[in-house]
Amino acid sequence: MNKMEIRFDAVSQNESFARLAVSGFLLYKNPSVNDMEDIKMAVSEAVTNSIIHGYDDSGTVRIYCEIENDALMVEVEDYGRGIENIELARKPLYTTKPQEERSGMGFTIMEAFMDKVCVISQKDKGTKITMYKELK
Amino acid sequence: MKIKSSLEGNTLIVNLFGDIDHHNTEIIKRYIYDNMSHSIKNIVIDLSGVEFMDSSGIGMILGRYKEMSEKMGTVSLVGIRGNMERIYTLSGLYKIIKNYDTIKNAVNSLKL
Ligand SMILES: Nc1ncnc2c1ncn2[C@@H]1O[C@H](COP(=O)(O)OP(=O)(O)OP(=O)(O)O)[C@@H](O)[C@H]1O
Ligand SMILES: [Mg+2]
Repeated sequence: MNKMEIRFDAVSQNESFARLAVSGFLLYKNPSVNDMEDIKMAVSEAVTNSIIHGYDDSGTVRIYCEIENDALMVEVEDYGRGIENIELARKPLYTTKPQEERSGMGFTIMEAFMDKVCVISQKDKGTKITMYKELK
Repeated sequence: MKIKSSLEGNTLIVNLFGDIDHHNTEIIKRYIYDNMSHSIKNIVIDLSGVEFMDSSGIGMILGRYKEMSEKMGTVSLVGIRGNMERIYTLSGLYKIIKNYDTIKNAVNSLKL
């Protein structure tokens, strides 16, 4: 098993860093371009959610990855507002920020690009997204 | 992120390069706003130089579509492919905004 953990400020400049950090960690597995692109997409969605929805001002985002054989697990966690109704939040096109030009597609995209997506969240405690993907 | 633009009649052609995420959509929005004028009726967004785009890009494109619709204008895309194309389909954006393989084809279709 191989593990990686990073913490960074919940600011938009760090979205590209998060994508590159996770894809860089995976490189030694020689993943397919498709897998790499899918994982970048899902990480970007989860991290952007923590930055936009998790916090009103400053905060921290944590990413934790594990690779066991060819199975990847990625956790994206924040310690912010939390999601009150997870089932509703995961619905396609559901967004609480339509005025900020959000489309409500983040969770739908994570589910489409990864094998499995789990959401744990508690009001005012934070949100943890755990995603799994078998590398091909 | 790099942005260039040019005018072709009443169409603003915006060429985007690099990654389109939440950080960069703010920059793109401001750029398009600053380069907008009353006479511009259509926007062609050229994504052929874009390597990555997530849902923030979908929201940004939809936002421009809504603004242009109010002016009875249009938004078209050029060069959507790979995972960008998957989210373009998944979000239903393809139903309201057309994608062309070249800027020329996008501009020509506006003249019809
Ligand atoms: N980390 C989080 N903390 C608090 N709320 C969240 C978090 N992630 C998601 N949400 C809530 O779930 C909703 C749906 O998230 P989703 O990513 O699907 O759409 P969106 O972020 O609103 O739009 P898009 O991802 O298309 O830009 C959000 O509008 C928000 O209310
Ligand atoms: Mg989102």
